[in-house]
Amino acid sequence: MATETVTLEGHIIDSLILAKVLDTILQMGGIFDMSEMKVGATREDPSLTKIKVQADSPQLLEEILQAIQPHGAVVEKVENCTLEPAPQNGVLPDAFYATSHLATQVRINDQWIDVEHIEMDLAIRVTLDPPSACTVPMAEVRTGEMIITGRNGVRVFPLERPKERDVFAFMEAQVSSERPHQHIITDVAKRMRMIRDNRQKALTQGQSACDPELGTKVLIVGGPAIVHAGGRDALSWLIDEGFIHVLFCGNALAAHDMEASVYGTSLGYGLCAGRTVPHGHEHHLRTINKVRAAGSIKNAVESGLIKDGIMASCIHQNVDMVLAGSIRDDGPLPDVITDSVKAQAAMRKELPGVGLALMVATTLHAIATGNCLPAKVPTVCVDINPAVPTKLSDRGSFQAIGLVMDSSSFLKQLAQELSWHG
Amino acid sequence: MAKNMGRILVCPPDYFGIEYEINPWMRVSDATDSDKSKAQWHNLARVLEEEVGAKLERMTPIKGLPDLVFTANAGVLHDGKAVISRFRHPERQGEEEHFERWFKEHGYQVILMDKDCYFEGAGDLLGFPDTWFGGYRQRSDIKAYPMLSEIYGKEILPLELATGQFYHLDTCFCPLSGGELMYYPAAFDTYAQTTIAHRVEEHRRIVVPQAEAERFACNSVCVGKHVVLPAGCPETMAMLQDRGYTPHPVNLDQFLKSGGSAKCLTLALD
Repeated sequence: MATETVTLEGHIIDSLILAKVLDTILQMGGIFDMSEMKVGATREDPSLTKIKVQADSPQLLEEILQAIQPHGAVVEKVENCTLEPAPQNGVLPDAFYATSHLATQVRINDQWIDVEHIEMDLAIRVTLDPPSACTVPMAEVRTGEMIITGRNGVRVFPLERPKERDVFAFMEAQVSSERPHQHIITDVAKRMRMIRDNRQKALTQGQSACDPELGTKVLIVGGPAIVHAGGRDALSWLIDEGFIHVLFCGNALAAHDMEASVYGTSLGYGLCAGRTVPHGHEHHLRTINKVRAAGSIKNAVESGLIKDGIMASCIHQNVDMVLAGSIRDDGPLPDVITDSVKAQAAMRKELPGVGLALMVATTLHAIATGNCLPAKVPTVCVDINPAVPTKLSDRGSFQAIGLVMDSSSFLKQLAQELSWHG
Repeated sequence: MAKNMGRILVCPPDYFGIEYEINPWMRVSDATDSDKSKAQWHNLARVLEEEVGAKLERMTPIKGLPDLVFTANAGVLHDGKAVISRFRHPERQGEEEHFERWFKEHGYQVILMDKDCYFEGAGDLLGFPDTWFGGYRQRSDIKAYPMLSEIYGKEILPLELATGQFYHLDTCFCPLSGGELMYYPAAFDTYAQTTIAHRVEEHRRIVVPQAEAERFACNSVCVGKHVVLPAGCPETMAMLQDRGYTPHPVNLDQFLKSGGSAKCLTLALD
């Protein structure tokens, strides 16, 4: 959406100049938002208004501006952003602009340009010909790349409530175990259905057929408690039914999921009997070892070593997985990325198109993912510890919903909403 | 903006002619007759002085400035303050310094607009004592009006002039001393027509027929109950008479070739 703010002043109300300008914007296919309105107290006093004009394309915006300027609409003077070259690899200019997770535009050659892949706490790298702007992590910047410094020519858009009138549009940043969950889970399920349909459209009719605002991917960020608590079957079903398209996790979720497939235990506990089995604490190590021998989780699934569960479903459904390592991971599994900078780059790569993020029973991966997501992506954080959803909600996004509940109960209820009979 | 047009600024047509084309009426090929235009102008001056009782102040004509004769475009005057015009067309910009000098020499506080803000004086700014109206889109910029409103402390409602044929407000809009408005609605866009209808009650609106609007019936000079208008506008004259005005038809067809008539040739001084 291309946007420009204009001011209009004088005796604009009784002369119908304001009405004419607003009508013109709408008739030409733009939309407006009157951000400020000062009405003259007497007939002699002038009125003043600021109007934010928006159009689908910069061309249409320019046409609208040209049409309303003769009626007195003055485009606010805005400076271009200031740029400085990065002094060395991995080092930003001193005064670099640090991003938020809100939609941002920068002014280059007197034009507003969207910043691509918005994410908090990064810098903005600019190319001039053609004009483009993209976030860049500190570590990835290269000597001489042009980085925005200062705050001139940068504008950040407050979060707009999503079009859907569901729970994501009305959440407050409260997290409580005493709030009912069912209606939230119902809305999450509804959105997952919509995204699956949207994805189907994109796959069969091309990208232009889908709604880019809705997104085409559901991301789940999961911790091993999903397996311990008994949510494995429900999550596998959700993956099998095509409701999940990206998985972020660590070594543990994958290890215990595959342990369950090989030994029927999770960290040594028999999942059916619910008690420890002899030498059960070694099961996950032996599982990891077998998968390392296979070379990858994919090989382990395709060779028949891993027959069911979350990992098997992900491999069967071509779910994009990023396994990020932590200190003192057992093994780790061969798919785990142990270089944390590479891991964050791999996560980032999977984020475009994500229309819903489910963060279930994980603290570190949830926070890391939350920091990579633009604020506009509806996010549900489920944990029995209120601190995790609270931290996510504190990011300042009213589309981040916290649910203080058991991960297994959440996944089961969610799957049931989507007609699971397990 | 004086309702009392006792004193009027005029400029004899010694150098009047059509030397360029800056409105749809002007055709260099359709030359004016110098003797006829002088005779018509002197007849207008005579009517204003002898029949209407106005006092005329005569500017010195300048060679090479054929449109200096249209003193309505000198600027706008009120409360001793003169805002000098900024002409849109370079052909007329040479007039600005002469008008500026005349106002300074005659004791007015002269105010100059920004160079990039076009404003063509009393040709585009007319009104009643409380509310003024500003024509825009053809010659004057709408942005001139908030500035003028601040200078004079008056409400100024901008009106969009929809056609090049009626390029100044005074070619299609003539407030009369009794509060009536003589105008030609089709010269305005629909928003401006609505604004006029909101501000001037129906019984005060005198709608000039197209044929007479095209003879510049609205380009009239109203002094008290006298209205000096171009000849050949019988319906307009009848409407004026019905409302108690005395019409004074004057043949000004040489000036119509240039896109002007009685009102354009005068500027009320206060």
